[in-house]
Amino acid sequence: MDNVVFISMLVLGALGLVSAIILYFVARKFKVFEDPKIDEVEAVLPNANCGGCGYPGCRPFAEVTTKKAKEDKSLDDLLCPVGGNDVMKMIADIHGLSIQERDPMIAVVRCNGTFAHSPEKVKFEGVTSCSFADALFAGEGGCQYGCLGLGDCVDACGFDAINMDAETGLPVVNDKCTACGACVIACPRDIIELREKGPKDKRIFVSCVNKDKGATAIKNCDVACIGCGKCEKVCEFDAITISNFLSYIDFDKCRLCRKCVEVCPTNSIWEVNFKPRKPRPEKAVKPKQNSVNVATATLITSQKIVSGTKNTERSNIDKSEN
Amino acid sequence: MGFLKTFVLGGIHPPENKLSAGKPIRSLSVPVQVVVPMGQNLGAPSKPVVKRGDKVKTGQLIAEAGGFISSNVHSPVSGTIFKIDNMMDASGFRRPAFIIKVEGDEWMDGIDNTETFVKDVTLSSEEIIAKVKNAGIVGMGGATFPTHVKLMVPPGRNAEYLIINGVECEPYLTADHQLMLEKGPEIVVGTKILMKALKVNRAVIGIENNKPDAIKLMRDLTAEEEGIVVQPLKVKYPQGGEKQLIKAVTNREVPSGKLPIEVGCVVQNVGTAFAVYEAVTKNKPLIERVVTVTGKALENPSNLRVRIGTPVRALVDEAGGFPDDTGKIIGGGPMMGKALATLDVPVVKGTSGILLQREEAAHRPVEGPCIRCSKCTQVCPMGLEPFLLSRLARVGNYEAAEGEGVMDCIECGSCQYTCPAKIPLLDYLRLGKNKVGVLIRARTKR
Repeated sequence: MDNVVFISMLVLGALGLVSAIILYFVARKFKVFEDPKIDEVEAVLPNANCGGCGYPGCRPFAEVTTKKAKEDKSLDDLLCPVGGNDVMKMIADIHGLSIQERDPMIAVVRCNGTFAHSPEKVKFEGVTSCSFADALFAGEGGCQYGCLGLGDCVDACGFDAINMDAETGLPVVNDKCTACGACVIACPRDIIELREKGPKDKRIFVSCVNKDKGATAIKNCDVACIGCGKCEKVCEFDAITISNFLSYIDFDKCRLCRKCVEVCPTNSIWEVNFKPRKPRPEKAVKPKQNSVNVATATLITSQKIVSGTKNTERSNIDKSEN
Repeated sequence: MGFLKTFVLGGIHPPENKLSAGKPIRSLSVPVQVVVPMGQNLGAPSKPVVKRGDKVKTGQLIAEAGGFISSNVHSPVSGTIFKIDNMMDASGFRRPAFIIKVEGDEWMDGIDNTETFVKDVTLSSEEIIAKVKNAGIVGMGGATFPTHVKLMVPPGRNAEYLIINGVECEPYLTADHQLMLEKGPEIVVGTKILMKALKVNRAVIGIENNKPDAIKLMRDLTAEEEGIVVQPLKVKYPQGGEKQLIKAVTNREVPSGKLPIEVGCVVQNVGTAFAVYEAVTKNKPLIERVVTVTGKALENPSNLRVRIGTPVRALVDEAGGFPDDTGKIIGGGPMMGKALATLDVPVVKGTSGILLQREEAAHRPVEGPCIRCSKCTQVCPMGLEPFLLSRLARVGNYEAAEGEGVMDCIECGSCQYTCPAKIPLLDYLRLGKNKVGVLIRARTKR
């Protein structure tokens, strides 16, 4: 009986030993060298795996940065939008390189077709998916370029940075936005754009993507860009171009002088987070504190339009109050 | 009654509601202004050949085919091109269109605008196809696939059967039925022309059994014609679908992702056969069509012969005026049609019907949870699993949806019609088809 136990132990022990030796040599032979810097880089990355950098996740991005650092000695065309300059700096330190500082970006919803500005003409019943509705019809307000308000961007956001405003029917981007670009891809109408956050979050942009002729555009929405060209003429920095009856402000050239905002006849150019130009005591609507986003401004203007005030200057003061 | 032929898989039988059945086709007077969209066919939009301010005559070419799968567009009226601009189409999108102010009704030279019946055609196959191409004829059943492309049999393939689609399986619609009753001899000649173009000697006219008068008439007319048979079919939706009709008539199955010519069949609608007759014997381009205007609240549901580009409003007015109790206007039949955004959209080559649904019927029921009854799978005429595909589309797993055959879906809507939980299955299937189409295009581009 003792003999059986002894023999089994011996056989199994010998088997284990032989296997261990084989495994040791196999592991030596097929060893894959991995740069330890990849692990270091991955450790400083946000690990959101959002894909905003253009690579499938944080680990692949770490591999790419390590490879680029070794081959090109530069990290200039790589950016983790979530981590921003801080994280890129840390990565550069690991590799002993330096980086160019980049201005942080934010997602901007370029549509102001609220229920008030672009009243419902047809009613949509069906699945709540923008990409489905986009293939089916122009939109409840009649604008074939405008926001459908069914929330594909909200579903796409992995940072809880965008949500629908029930009162306006438009998405609202909040501070959590990391400019990963998921909503930009999700929007079937290319309404959301990544723009520079701007100094102290101040930015100016055209809140419309309607490429129709002015008369047609204004028929469907009070605040559509009609492509009149006033902003292009008034701009001293060549930042504004008009194509297809639509104005576009280049954020690299824009110096935030706000002249275009003043001349826009349809209030489609937005200024965000500016101080009011002339404080007016009689102003009724007090915007919420700490609301540093576009769509709050949107909401306020919509209330203005509803109450019949269409004074450009006053609306702009409202906008810049938050 | 015995067994009638039909397709095997799935299918439903919705209430027929053929309100306008037996109503003679009335010609609608030419409106004061027409809007003729440039893209009226499946495939590439046409390119304009006239400019603003030009005088055009009825039947004059105003836009030529902009690609291989594309068709010519002719002026349906005589008058002046008032504007070439983006105009609202059925779904509310703005697409390029001609706006023509009507002045009189002066036809182009060489077009025979009379009702005289021409029986004999001596043209060759190539001449017929050229005439069909010049006349801008597209599939009149609603899919608007250019007819001349269908008639050009690709090398290596051989057409054996011409199938004329007189099924009209959509509820409410009666335009094809009435056309068969009134223009029977012309349709038979059109069939013969199409047979000649395809170089086939067998043609089958498939008609559902709920149109006994049309079956009898077509049988009488084709009694002496060699090779043309009338095939009565059991009433079942979606028998008018190309693949379903081929299965019902010839018992052949079109392979997934392939065209009917793969099994030697070419399917043409009766409306197309009539348009081909007019194009070949009378040089008349496709500038008018028969449209069923119907609806339960409508005073006088009718079959109207209208010029392309006539606003839908004029048709509704002719059928008794716009009823107050209207919840939805549908272009096409209730199963496959699309809701119209306004009444100002024009009639196009593919408009087979205008249906005004009452408020109570127009709204969608509240969606419930799937109870796994598998009814959708039972009724799917393509043998798909709509519950699974809709689920995959809903969660965004489009690769898996492609593997499950979402691209084979013919969007007939049988699954959604039959679903006891009222799940918008077809919506998700369409979403899946859109997304998978994008994936496939991206793959082929690479």
